[in-house]
Amino acid sequence: MRAGAYDVVIVGAGIVGAACAWACASEGLRVAVIEADIIGGGATGAGMGHLVVMDDSKAQFALTRYSRSLWQQLVTELPGDVEYESCGTIWVAADQEEMEAVRQKKEFYETRGVPAEMLDAKALRMAEPNLREGLAGGLRVPGDAVIYAPCAARFFIERAQSRGAELYLPRVVTGITAEGVRLNDGTVIAAHRVVNAAGTWSPMLTPGIEVKKRKGHLVITERYAGFVKHQLVELGYLKSAHSMTTESVAFNVQPRRTGQMLIGSSRQFDMEGKGVDANILRRMLGRAAEFLPGVNRLSAIRSWTGFRAATPDKLPLIGPWPGHENLFLATGHEGLGITTSLGTAKLLVDQLLRRTSEIPIAPYLPSRVPESVHA
Amino acid sequence: MNNSRRSFDVLVVGAGPAGIAAACCAAQAGVRVGIVDNNARPGGQIWRGETQDSNVADAADWLRKLASSRAEILAPMEVFAQPEAGRLTATSSDGVCELGYKKLILCTGARERFLPFPGWTLPNVMGAGGLQAVVKSGMDIAGKKVILAGSGPLLLAVGAHLRAHGADVRTIAEQAPWSRLIRFGMALASRGRKISQALQLKKRLSRIAFRAGCWVVAAEGDGKVESVTLRTVHKTWREPCDYLACGFHLVPNTELASLLGCELRGGFVRTDEFQQSSVSGIYCAGEPTGIGGLELSIAEGQIAGFAAAGQRERAQEYFGEQKSQRRFSMALERAFMLRDELRPLASAETIVCRCEDVKFGRLREQSSWRAAKLQTRCGMGPCQGRICGPAVEFLFGWKAESARPPIFPVAVESLAATACAE
Repeated sequence: MRAGAYDVVIVGAGIVGAACAWACASEGLRVAVIEADIIGGGATGAGMGHLVVMDDSKAQFALTRYSRSLWQQLVTELPGDVEYESCGTIWVAADQEEMEAVRQKKEFYETRGVPAEMLDAKALRMAEPNLREGLAGGLRVPGDAVIYAPCAARFFIERAQSRGAELYLPRVVTGITAEGVRLNDGTVIAAHRVVNAAGTWSPMLTPGIEVKKRKGHLVITERYAGFVKHQLVELGYLKSAHSMTTESVAFNVQPRRTGQMLIGSSRQFDMEGKGVDANILRRMLGRAAEFLPGVNRLSAIRSWTGFRAATPDKLPLIGPWPGHENLFLATGHEGLGITTSLGTAKLLVDQLLRRTSEIPIAPYLPSRVPESVHA
Repeated sequence: MNNSRRSFDVLVVGAGPAGIAAACCAAQAGVRVGIVDNNARPGGQIWRGETQDSNVADAADWLRKLASSRAEILAPMEVFAQPEAGRLTATSSDGVCELGYKKLILCTGARERFLPFPGWTLPNVMGAGGLQAVVKSGMDIAGKKVILAGSGPLLLAVGAHLRAHGADVRTIAEQAPWSRLIRFGMALASRGRKISQALQLKKRLSRIAFRAGCWVVAAEGDGKVESVTLRTVHKTWREPCDYLACGFHLVPNTELASLLGCELRGGFVRTDEFQQSSVSGIYCAGEPTGIGGLELSIAEGQIAGFAAAGQRERAQEYFGEQKSQRRFSMALERAFMLRDELRPLASAETIVCRCEDVKFGRLREQSSWRAAKLQTRCGMGPCQGRICGPAVEFLFGWKAESARPPIFPVAVESLAATACAE
């Protein structure tokens, strides 16, 4: 171990840690990444891989829009196994009330430079013939995309390594100290700065940060190329994602390049076990079938669960952790870590190097006082 | 879609020899018994196509016993999930069936192990058991040149069967060396029944070249297999063929046991002497507890059947047979252990996972089964790693992970029907 060799040690090789490693190494910093398991083995591997602009709050919108633009700049460099597909998102409106929300959403997006297209009932059916009849319409956001996130995380790590970063894997960090990090075999890896990017595990290393596990279920089908063409999300998804109730499901279906489909989504707090919950599965698949009746006859090959790292105000924690001069956080991305990994990495590097960021950092600083959370 | 519900005191999953024996014994004890199988008729792989009038004496006996027992046969039906303890869900021709149980006996059998080598994905390269099954269901094999390669007693049985259907069986290539087979033969010699079975088989196989210490290294052909390259420690040569049937001994079907939380040891379901697994009330019998063949499966099935029905004394009557057959099982394992020369057969370009087209070269770069799955999607296709999993375990030493529902592909609406009772 080369004691004192690193400028930054990053704990966690999920997509956020991997993106931070690449960004730090690109600035010429001496970087180590320490991963307890495998690259992308947590929420990165369990989730959907949707690159999406979301507008639950202005700060969420700013970070997702910024991050999506960074992904768009990267497209030509991404290796094939990242499977970037610019399929776009359609936010599906079930009734006229939701169509009104779609209008507002379109205006919000367009005034902020994110193209979005209103679809009436007929246009929606044309775009996605397998959606049920009688839906009111939707909002198509053509710039959104899907990727296969575990390979993206690996690609970021490879890029970081090509700029001198070192990967310690599998090595378990048991404590963050003023000198650096301590591993479970007693080794100390010295560093000037430590970045806790350990997702759902981050509160174990940094007690006091408000990150809770939020469980999700997903199902994958066999190959049915063209059954859906866009990532389809019900407009009510934001309600499900935003709500702090213990349990919710929403229609959220993603086409994969292989022709397979991922069917989601669910959110549960206060669940520790990884087991598939039959009732959640029933509700989640039932919800999908309400929008896409034909999905019932398709063959499902696997269901699984994963945990999102959720914060009370739905915004990630990026920047210095007050009271610990050497400790920075890049965690709490809940369901948006794939999208916001690149933006997070930029903001984090700006914080490390005390630079001004391209978007206001304040809403994501761990020192923020969260706004009251609406139920 | 119809959903139906059934409840049993003892539910048996799998109607091969172990399951049939278990169901018959449990029914004899007077409890309400159901036996599920994914084939329309009981018998499992080994007794596939046999009937109560079969000239295979064991098969005829047990199929008669099952038919005259009060066990209810639920087939074709396939168990795919357990939404809550004591209740399985299965697909049947008319929808999802919920199967409640007080005691469960898993008799899920085994499948062949396949190993990747250049050309193994060519058309007409098949599993040994797979080729036998298609011949049983009517494919004409008469006059076709067949080579069998791999390991285990199944190769001989399949060779004899194909030959009886007119196949020109050229070579049976058994990877285990003669030295191990001779030791195994001597272990057999202590059991009159096994030795007479072996002699019968030998008669049926006369004039077929049986080579021990011989293995396949490649299959070649344009659009389908036309020849096979075989190797011994002394030489490598090529033989023409129309079919190559492979099988590298057997691997247990433990997906359901694993889904239900039963502890595995060395890849097999760990049981006590009454065949009860680490999960109370869930028993396991036959190949999933250790590859041991017909007699052991039947002995374990009988023990599990009586024990699950609460008749432990009657179960104990079979302990002697169980113990003696387990010695055979261990001898079998030693004899047909796979040789190291089989590991480097695949080239970087050889496909290992056929569902997801994952090549050996990409797998070699991975650090673990989980990393391989996540980075290459090996084992993530419709077969859920049933085929490539055992190969990958042999090649890299990576152990498969716990199973997740559904344990085989089912319609989305069937999976959705797995909710807990209201």
